[in-house]
Amino acid sequence: MWEYTDKVRDHFFNPRNVGEIENPDGVGEVGSLACGDALKLTFSLDKNGKIEDARFKTFGCASAIATSSVLTEMIKGMTIEEAAKVTNRDIADYLGGLPEQKMHCSVMGREALEAAIENYRTGGRKKHELEGKVVCTCFGVTENEIERVIRENNITTVEGVTNYCKAGGGCGGCKPEIEKIIERLQGAKIKEETVLVPPKPRKLTNIQKIQLIQQTINEQIRPALRADGGNIELIDVIGNKVIVAFRGMCAQCRLTEFTMKDVVEAKLKEFVSKELFVEESKDSANEPHNHRG
Amino acid sequence: MKTIYFDNNATTRVADEVAEEIQPFFCELYGNPSSMHTFGGQVGRVIRKAREQVAELLGCDPSDIFFTSGGTESDNTAINGVLAAVPNRHKIITSRVEHPAVLTVCREMQNHGYTVVEIAVDKAGQLDPAELEEQIDDDTALVTIMYANNETGVIFPVEKVSELATEKGVFFHTDAVQAVGKIPLNLSKSNIDLLSLSGHKLHAPKGVGVLYVRKGTRMLPFMLGGHQEAGRRAGTENVPGIVGLGKACELAARNISQENEKVKYLRDKLEKALLEKCPDSRLNGDKENRLPNTTNISFEYVEGEAILLMLDKYGICASSGSACTSGSLEPSHVLRAMGVPFTAAHGSIRFSLSRYNTEEEVDYTIQKTPPIINRLRELSPFVTR
Repeated sequence: MWEYTDKVRDHFFNPRNVGEIENPDGVGEVGSLACGDALKLTFSLDKNGKIEDARFKTFGCASAIATSSVLTEMIKGMTIEEAAKVTNRDIADYLGGLPEQKMHCSVMGREALEAAIENYRTGGRKKHELEGKVVCTCFGVTENEIERVIRENNITTVEGVTNYCKAGGGCGGCKPEIEKIIERLQGAKIKEETVLVPPKPRKLTNIQKIQLIQQTINEQIRPALRADGGNIELIDVIGNKVIVAFRGMCAQCRLTEFTMKDVVEAKLKEFVSKELFVEESKDSANEPHNHRG
Repeated sequence: MKTIYFDNNATTRVADEVAEEIQPFFCELYGNPSSMHTFGGQVGRVIRKAREQVAELLGCDPSDIFFTSGGTESDNTAINGVLAAVPNRHKIITSRVEHPAVLTVCREMQNHGYTVVEIAVDKAGQLDPAELEEQIDDDTALVTIMYANNETGVIFPVEKVSELATEKGVFFHTDAVQAVGKIPLNLSKSNIDLLSLSGHKLHAPKGVGVLYVRKGTRMLPFMLGGHQEAGRRAGTENVPGIVGLGKACELAARNISQENEKVKYLRDKLEKALLEKCPDSRLNGDKENRLPNTTNISFEYVEGEAILLMLDKYGICASSGSACTSGSLEPSHVLRAMGVPFTAAHGSIRFSLSRYNTEEEVDYTIQKTPPIINRLRELSPFVTR
């Protein structure tokens, strides 16, 4: 059960300003049914250029509805310039806080407001447009958006990014990329985490070598492939030749060779022995295409 | 405010008779059943009785019953125990709609060199035994398929599947946590090798469960450090829990026909009325092969958590497969495996009843739910009217 503040509950059970303004001065639409929440915000201005009325329609959970409702209350009486400065933090704070995993609702509110202001300024009746490179394809989140939530909310973990803008919350394939963005922006703030240090080179018996190869595949390689819906299996080790088979998405991926050379061999060289090289088992290409999800 | 509890697939209330039966085992009969003295030893007898009560409900031999801490432990034990006992086989067959207590364990085994095949389900949430049969080969160590699905109530052709596995000499496990006590089982006439059940799903307390292991099933012990449960599950017995589970099984055996008549009648009434009164609603799952107590309905264009919170205001307890209720961002893996569109998966609500529910409660829910759906649709940008 989510711990919602009384203010969230109040705005959910008694939402203010539900509906759509006819002939609005600004319209903003964000989200989609597939994403699980969506918001359409409309506002109109009075003769002094202040927001006279704001209305919303929202599909989503309690916090999405409460966020939309409170947003319409907040911006009434603001000038466009003032409204443009509203952050997702402001919205969440106004509600007395939101559960961390629900912070993306406040971000959706801010995005809808921005889209509506953009619509007012340029006149185009277009939906909130994707700017920049899409990082999370599951939820359609761009690099710009991720950078912004990181900066505005001082986020230092991938989980945090997922909570605030959903990126990384689907298949998880973009998590390494999100990690890189966090590192770039927050570098110094990231807590030093214990990193697995490759062991010092030493003489391995055959059995030790094979076990270490298996362990490296399990711990270092498979999780990365799994994130993309793929898998890897260790078939055999002959001398320094490591034979592996790719399963699932990886099996049919045209980049197989690239993945193999780049990830598997590099990791095995790093963690086991510099002399190792990787070959793909011949039968693995004929495996059924096991799509996940 | 009165609580209307329609979330019995999550957990159930402890039956009064069960609570009464357990009471003496806290302050009076607190001895250790393994002790040599009479005071402790007498507790051993009640455990034996509980074992018989469980065996009676399942139609099996009492010596095949092993008490555990619950469904999750039973599932973990069954899967890991069998795999360890047949080290030369490296394939597990399961379904895409299993409970995480099975699915996560199987997927974890991929890290240990196992191949896991997850059988797909059709739109009704039903699986095809023929498809499963094709997958069973010489390398297969275990087939594990749930008896009935917790989210939709769909009952799988477990008897058929266990027969296929047995024919090929492969062990068969079923997570029957949702089925036991709701539908009749008879393990003496079945090919099931291992079966998991959980006490708190059938009006016993939380923290107790059973793993049924057919005699002759190779399995390594999962918990070491004592001779309890014939050496298969070490640790001093959870006596109150075990006594309670025994009693709950006795009650279940007695109430199972009522479960299938009264509870089914109430479920059907609720389901029919909600589907009629709420436009753009749909039933998820096989209508025929289904537990008598479960219904899973999608209300399109609205979101499950919002529905639950509004129902909660009236004291009505249900659950949802929506993303927002789980803390994850994706809706239920069961509904997605069934190909339920996102528009409907986000708005899915599960009502699961028990023999403690009344017709009055059903009528009240039929009266309160449609206005909630309408109200949320008025807020939704996807509904224009």
